[in-house]
Amino acid sequence: MSGKFITMAHGGGGTRMQELLRQTVFPLLDEDLLLDQEDAAAFSVDIGRVALTTDSYVVKPLFFPGGDIGKLAVCGTVNDLAMRGGEPLYITLGLILEEGLHLDVLERILSSVGFWAKEAGVRVVAGDTKVVERGMADGIYINTSGVGQLRSGREVSIAGATDGDVLMVNGFIGDHGMAVLNEREGLFTNSDLTSDCAPLSGLVRAMQEAGEVHSLRDPTRGGLAAALKEMARASSCAFEIDEGSVPIRERVLAACEMLGLDPLYVANEGKLLAAVPERDAGAVLEAMRANPRGKEAGIIGRIIEGRRGEVSMITSLGSHRLVRAPSGEQLPRIC
Amino acid sequence: MCLAVPAEVVEILQNDVAFIDVGGLRKKINLSLVEGVRTGDFVLVHAGFAIEIIDEEEARKTMELFEEMARLDEIR
Amino acid sequence: MMKYVDEFRLPGTARNLVRKIRELGTGAAFMEVCGTHTMAISKAGLGPMLSPQVELISGPGCPVCVTSDVDIDTAVAVAHMPGVILATFGDMVKVPGSHGSLSDASAEGARVKVVYSPLEALELAGSESGSKVVFLGIGFETTAPVVAATILEARKRELRNFFILSFHKLVPPALRALAATEDFSVDGFILPGHVSAVIGSRAYSFLPSEFGIPCVVAGFEATDILQSVFRLMQARTATPSVDIEYSRVVRPEGNQKALSVMYEVFEPVDAEWRGLFRLPASGLGLKEEYREYDAGAWPIEIPPPAVDKGCRCGEVLCGKIKPFECGLFGGACTPDNPAGPCMVSTEGTCASYFLYSYDEED
Repeated sequence: MSGKFITMAHGGGGTRMQELLRQTVFPLLDEDLLLDQEDAAAFSVDIGRVALTTDSYVVKPLFFPGGDIGKLAVCGTVNDLAMRGGEPLYITLGLILEEGLHLDVLERILSSVGFWAKEAGVRVVAGDTKVVERGMADGIYINTSGVGQLRSGREVSIAGATDGDVLMVNGFIGDHGMAVLNEREGLFTNSDLTSDCAPLSGLVRAMQEAGEVHSLRDPTRGGLAAALKEMARASSCAFEIDEGSVPIRERVLAACEMLGLDPLYVANEGKLLAAVPERDAGAVLEAMRANPRGKEAGIIGRIIEGRRGEVSMITSLGSHRLVRAPSGEQLPRIC
Repeated sequence: MCLAVPAEVVEILQNDVAFIDVGGLRKKINLSLVEGVRTGDFVLVHAGFAIEIIDEEEARKTMELFEEMARLDEIR
Repeated sequence: MMKYVDEFRLPGTARNLVRKIRELGTGAAFMEVCGTHTMAISKAGLGPMLSPQVELISGPGCPVCVTSDVDIDTAVAVAHMPGVILATFGDMVKVPGSHGSLSDASAEGARVKVVYSPLEALELAGSESGSKVVFLGIGFETTAPVVAATILEARKRELRNFFILSFHKLVPPALRALAATEDFSVDGFILPGHVSAVIGSRAYSFLPSEFGIPCVVAGFEATDILQSVFRLMQARTATPSVDIEYSRVVRPEGNQKALSVMYEVFEPVDAEWRGLFRLPASGLGLKEEYREYDAGAWPIEIPPPAVDKGCRCGEVLCGKIKPFECGLFGGACTPDNPAGPCMVSTEGTCASYFLYSYDEED
């Protein structure tokens, strides 16, 4: 393709746009349904219930250890479907490009979209590209919508946690938020801080095959604390978690302590919080640990009798305190 | 009122600049507020500066005191 | 090998310290004057562990909280000046003055940059030579030397576009004012470990000698705080003194090098404290020789302060009322929509109450 940068003409609907689509977008996404360039994708879905979600991605920086905005866009949408117990089938891809974006950058992001869509077993079936003037966007923004099939008996709800459930997570929390913050601010020089960004549909399938799963939530923005509060509220339950059983990497904890952040409120992109009936907990946990996305899975708490929507924590000292919903974004602090 | 974390000085560069290790992470900090830091010392880091050197002997005493206190449990 | 973190986090130690504290009687009230202590106490749930035998009261120890409306309004006004980039610790961004916060200023077009260290602000001045970078100097004696060292570095690098807005404050004058307040009564002070690392424990000797108040300089692990409470309980029947629990970091004489850097650049000035009003020689201003770095010397127009919002942060800061005794707490004042600074800073008394020990759902 001529030129190395995105120009306004690439969004103009003319030959430059066709060139961008045919030479860059389609080959990297490798998806037949796109080649027809119909106004809308047509596909069949088994009769039954369907899950539908949409999300926009504006992460800065575009590339970070463990991921990039393209991978994030696929995984975020796939995970939203998976949290309902949906089998992700199709996603759309809306690109908003800033004039002057390096074509290399776009290519890297699109190959990441293509790779992770295949990995997650979803097809990118419709898309859109717009170019805005320089300064009107930050390189690239992506919007993805996704459709998933809800098989009978597999539908999961945020409101599904109930008495007798235990609470689990599939691994270390806080990795994504700290990796992105560090990449953006350059706080540490030898960064082993890596995002956990990953598609979780396979893990959820394995969990559901092993036992009953009452409720799921992906602790993205607002971290595990937000997910716990949202699930406890929606399910009208009281949750109790053990501080010592929440898996956190030493380096994430160290970075959080230095910056005055609480890892419970730091974002994740490859994690889930699950409420599972105690009788199935062993089997579900085993299935999680057998999956590459759940090797460090563990039980972090349980549903208790108490005030609806309240989340409390037994601290490592043995005392109790409340876990609250986050307010605004956490900023590094010195006081 | 002031967040400061203990970190090991792993490399001292020129002009009061050093690398510290905290939980496996490496960070550049400034040493101009402390006297006589050596590689291997632990310092207290606040807003990108070492503000004091941690006294190993005193730390050990406090730790022993705490350990002794923890053992009171077992005696009972 | 010791890492000076996990070694001090022993649940057994905490349990036994609580038991031993309880054995020493009841009816004690101690004041911590460090926001990081307030946070550690809330996060570890120490309040309920010690209650009702021992009450922990939060004093004016959060630099964000004691910063007055007029100082915040000044920072906002400076941020709005053409060509200025205001660099600040994240702590200050959401604190409302009488005409909004720096976050509001940013939304209105001001350039506000969050930094972890003043050195990052200095780098910014180096790369943005067309702009004036103003670093918002907030904090006590722990932070003031760091800012002073940055100014010395700016002079060394001959940077002409780096400035400071100094609202630094000194802890001992505030404690003196508090101790001298007529109805003030606590059984002891839990003194700030990191301020004390710089100024030394001797700086507080007037508290036992003039006011008869025992003090312990405490570390920041829950066990450090409990150990300090234990010592203060013991001190109730002894001659008052300033004891150092945080001996791995704090010396009686403090860190002389940090102090000399601080006083090379700054000198004591009168300062406005929220809740304590104007105290003589309780803040730090740039000395004559460093006036060229002083953004506070610029002609700054501040709109007159807005009418009283009913915020009682001042009384909370002096330990006169608990956060929930303020009519705004939890309703008109929450971390999402703070009316006063104690609700903004995560180490603010109201915010830590709200975050860790109070639930809004009924």
